[in-house]
Amino acid sequence: MNISHLCTGNRYILTNKFPMQGKYYKWIVFLAFLLLLLAGSIIAGLCFGEIRFSIQDLFQLWNGDPDDVRLNILRQLRIPRIILGFIVGGTLSLSGVILQGIFRNPLVEPYTLGISGGASVGVTAAIVLSLHTLYGSLILPIAGFIGALVTIVLVYTLGIRRGKVRIHNLLLTGVMISFISSSLMLLIMSVTKSENLHGIVFWIMGSLNETAPALITLISTTSLVVLCLAFFYTPTLNAMRLGAEKAIQLGINANRAIKILFLLSSLLTGICVSIVGVIGFVGLIIPQLMRFIIGSDYRILLPSSFIGGGIFLILSDIFARTIIAPNELPIGVITGIIGGIIFILVMSNTRTEKTIA
Amino acid sequence: MENAIEIKNLRCGYGHKFTIHDISFNVQRGKLTSIIGPNGAGKTTLFRAITGMLPVLEGSIRINDNDATRMTHKARARQIAIVNQTVEADFISIEDYVLMGRLPYHAPLQLFESSEDYAIAEKNMRLTGIWEKRKKLMNQLSGGEQQLAAIARALTQQTEILLLDEPTSHLDISHQMRILNLVQLLNREKNLTVLLIIHDLNLASEFSDQLIMLKEGSIHTAGTPEEVLTYENIESVYDTLVLTQSNPLSGKPCVFPVSEKHHLHLRKSPDL
Repeated sequence: MNISHLCTGNRYILTNKFPMQGKYYKWIVFLAFLLLLLAGSIIAGLCFGEIRFSIQDLFQLWNGDPDDVRLNILRQLRIPRIILGFIVGGTLSLSGVILQGIFRNPLVEPYTLGISGGASVGVTAAIVLSLHTLYGSLILPIAGFIGALVTIVLVYTLGIRRGKVRIHNLLLTGVMISFISSSLMLLIMSVTKSENLHGIVFWIMGSLNETAPALITLISTTSLVVLCLAFFYTPTLNAMRLGAEKAIQLGINANRAIKILFLLSSLLTGICVSIVGVIGFVGLIIPQLMRFIIGSDYRILLPSSFIGGGIFLILSDIFARTIIAPNELPIGVITGIIGGIIFILVMSNTRTEKTIA
Repeated sequence: MENAIEIKNLRCGYGHKFTIHDISFNVQRGKLTSIIGPNGAGKTTLFRAITGMLPVLEGSIRINDNDATRMTHKARARQIAIVNQTVEADFISIEDYVLMGRLPYHAPLQLFESSEDYAIAEKNMRLTGIWEKRKKLMNQLSGGEQQLAAIARALTQQTEILLLDEPTSHLDISHQMRILNLVQLLNREKNLTVLLIIHDLNLASEFSDQLIMLKEGSIHTAGTPEEVLTYENIESVYDTLVLTQSNPLSGKPCVFPVSEKHHLHLRKSPDL
């Protein structure tokens, strides 16, 4: 189509040609909106807490005395927490989106495949054996990650036979291993001393509190790298919406894509769970919410789920630490309650034709 | 290069069981070839072997003079476009679905369609008559329209060969004719080589240049509709008594089913 069609009054250029590419404008506007929301929630995260700051306070602190105690609160407590919240929320919903895509099942979330169960068993074992008192608190994430890795290897080798991916096998193996590991964890808990129980339960509920800066750097870099890698698989994920076999007919190497994406997303989940514990629902609710709002094209779904998950966890963390301040509620509880309510509201207000894929 | 697809001594199947024994045939360039045969005769297995879903155990499949078993999925998708029996694309808009036909031509890290891709998709959506509905989701369409969208997507792949696996089996007669007339038009006007798997013998007879009749995993008869669709062949392959006559307009053979009540009558006068 060129300009001459406009002059000759070809109606298609006005009514039809533009909408084809119009979805990209819609995507850009939506991303801009999400980024604004992110900025807002970061400012809210800086302001709210045990001590409340106004926005003017933030400016004054930033330009004022570098040794101010209040500035230290911001620098050492709130900023790392916001970064961690953003990254963890983003990572969990990113792996949720990817897993829902490769399994073609909207109910799959990062924890469905037993990775959180494996990590929990690792951490529980470490707490029961009192490894953290011997080697310091960093041993807990390491034990969790080892547990997660063992699960990933198990699910992968049992679900993928002779290089052939059987997608239902993979999913069922994951679900079974998740049952086994949660029973294992209960078994360990039932025979351990009662003073260990508090530590285990507290870890399972998840928290963004007191995380080593090195771990925050680690999780941020891996998760951003995986986000970039996964973004190049978005056309593949789009084609797999038609089913793996039809994606192959369109020239997509679906087998390889499923393996790579499965490994990437489960590694991300493993890292997340071993650092902050089990924070549920983010990986299920945020991708679904984004599907309702912007549609199921993975090119927009991937980045918007990442940002959306980050916003959601930052906001949930604000609630968790302010509702009964100075005490803290477990963040997993907040995400479950708020997320569930938001999800039901959005779903009941959306016309049924626009539902999930 | 007269043959678009050459199949030689093909044996394949699931696990260690062969469902296709020693099949050899050629699909001539620019012809409309149909594969017919009863359920379980190996039609779909053959289809899956050609599309690379099933490993070839013995023999060879050559597509445009290239060994199909060594092709990458991407290379194959540039040679053969496939329309399946049903479309499993619930919540995807038609234009996005049709644009997926450009995937085999995308560069490895390409994420967005070029304006050329849009132009090709638009052309094919207009050709198949679904352009006005392109904003609708696939699950809002009727079965016939979904198949038209699938054909538009296949054409967007810009291949010389089009493979259709029972594209009309869920459709009423008006949509069956609409789809097959479109396929015939593409075959005639665009010189597309078409390989069609179809159940309906009358439709197969009316639209095909060549028929290949399968029975229990091997070829029973192959040739023009007049050669293949005789009542003896149909009785031996389908184990059913039928009456065949020529279509008064097209001259192609027509198959009339005969209920058991009239079998005796048919036996008495075989020259009918």
